[in-house]
Amino acid sequence: MVQNQKIEYLPREEIEQLQLLRLKRTLKRVYEKSPFYKKMFKKNKLRLSNLKSLKDLPQIPFTRREDLRNNFPYGFLAVPLEKIVRLHTSTGTSGKPKAVFFTQRDIDQSAELIARSIKMTGAKKSDVFQNMMTYGLFTGGLIFHYGAEKMGVLVIPSGAGNTERQLELMRDFKTTIIHITPSYALYLATVIEETGLNPKTDFNLRIAYLGAEPYSEETRRKIEKIFNLNAYNSYGLSEMNGPGVAFECEKKEGMHLWEDNFIAEIIDPASGEILKDGDEGELVLTSINKEAMPILRYRTGDSTFIYPQKCRCGRTHRRISRIKGRVDDMLIVRGVNIFPSEIERVLMSLQGIGRNYQIILERERNLDKLTVKVEVEKNLFNGSLEHLKGFENKTKVKLRAELMLTPEVELVEPGSLPTTTGKAKRVIDKRVI
Amino acid sequence: MKKVHQLSVFAENKPGKIEKITRILTREKINMRAITIASSNKYGVIKLLVNDPEKAYQSLKKEGLSVALNPALAIEIEDKPGGLHRIVQVMKKYKINIENACGFVIKSGEKAVLIIEVKDIEEVENVLSNGNIHFLSENDLYEI
Repeated sequence: MVQNQKIEYLPREEIEQLQLLRLKRTLKRVYEKSPFYKKMFKKNKLRLSNLKSLKDLPQIPFTRREDLRNNFPYGFLAVPLEKIVRLHTSTGTSGKPKAVFFTQRDIDQSAELIARSIKMTGAKKSDVFQNMMTYGLFTGGLIFHYGAEKMGVLVIPSGAGNTERQLELMRDFKTTIIHITPSYALYLATVIEETGLNPKTDFNLRIAYLGAEPYSEETRRKIEKIFNLNAYNSYGLSEMNGPGVAFECEKKEGMHLWEDNFIAEIIDPASGEILKDGDEGELVLTSINKEAMPILRYRTGDSTFIYPQKCRCGRTHRRISRIKGRVDDMLIVRGVNIFPSEIERVLMSLQGIGRNYQIILERERNLDKLTVKVEVEKNLFNGSLEHLKGFENKTKVKLRAELMLTPEVELVEPGSLPTTTGKAKRVIDKRVI
Repeated sequence: MKKVHQLSVFAENKPGKIEKITRILTREKINMRAITIASSNKYGVIKLLVNDPEKAYQSLKKEGLSVALNPALAIEIEDKPGGLHRIVQVMKKYKINIENACGFVIKSGEKAVLIIEVKDIEEVENVLSNGNIHFLSENDLYEI
């Protein structure tokens, strides 16, 4: 099924023409209006008149996460505040989140991409869609919600967590489609089986959209088998759209990246050199159909490749592979992006914590668990267990406020963790994805 | 006033943690009267009553342990039914809350002791002294 017949099957030349048209429009917009890009163009002596074809795109320097941080909150805006109707944030490295803004048109366009994506997987208006992603500041919940409504399914905005409630909703309303993180899907299956129910016969699921965390082909197959459904891979990032940047079609062979909205490049993360289709590298995206906050050549940090072949479904938008991992040290825990440096910053701001810490990631009953081990300073200890507990709790609260996720905090004796001298392994990821 | 001192050691809840402490104390020829352990999942606090608290404190600290020296009161109790009850009756009357405690017998059938940690130690000592409660000194504890 197809949401937008013309665009989804647009011949390559026409896609590229459209890309060029929209790129030029975007360049003009940011050059005139976005404080960050105004400066960048000036500093690099870039002239709009020299940017005439898609091949000229690499003349523009990359935009990095730090640029968003350094220009927080409004430095990237290309429209006046009165045109903005929404903001979303994702966690950043400096204590300030990255904020992204949407005009009404941006929201509509994001919704259109989601509508296209889910229709492509066979979603019908008669489907009941339960959106088990976090609503609120994260893009994953709300953007998907708008797109699903636009497509016309019945949306249950259940949000993330509260498993018993989720199951009740699924049974009461005979949910047929879920949007869920892969780890939560596995956890859900465990809970269902513990309740004595059968994930296949006691539920009506037929489709799952899996996103927000990296996972393997094996995990997909496992989820499909447990629930007897078709699981589709979903890719996005708040800086570009939220979900709906790229999505799998019924063929399940890579994700169609909506090239009428984004220009994708794959680069060698070390040299910045552009790689050819089929080569794995860092995905760099340029949003060419945004009003509020277009971003040029954004280093996503995600590692993938572009399929050189055309998809068997006939759509002309090229496909990216399942995300292979990160080119930086970003961790994805229960769908939340976390940088070890954020954790370090919080710890170092607390009195009583020594210089050593360790971040441990595990999967318990298919759910991610983040444990932060911290060495307490000798002077902190006053002989009382309550005092230690209080300190542990305070650390937990501080971390939760920053990470938007509750970690386990474990106090350890001074000198018991590997020291910073030499190669201290700060992050121990024991998860098997 | 008669105060005693208790050592508290912060330790992870792992095999070998107490062995390290006793190894150091053995080497330093320090004798122990009592040990209690309060643990909370992954870590805990080991409390020790020893004959030379200051020396024990310094030697454990030198070995890199997180250790604290806390004042406590050693209350003399008659080793017979109702012995402890008489003491805590007084404590209840004056609304004294115990943070930590341990007790042991010094001479069977005659004398036992209750070691308590409280918030305002001087005040508690005054109040209890007036309630006809006797305290033992560090020497009293070891020269039995």
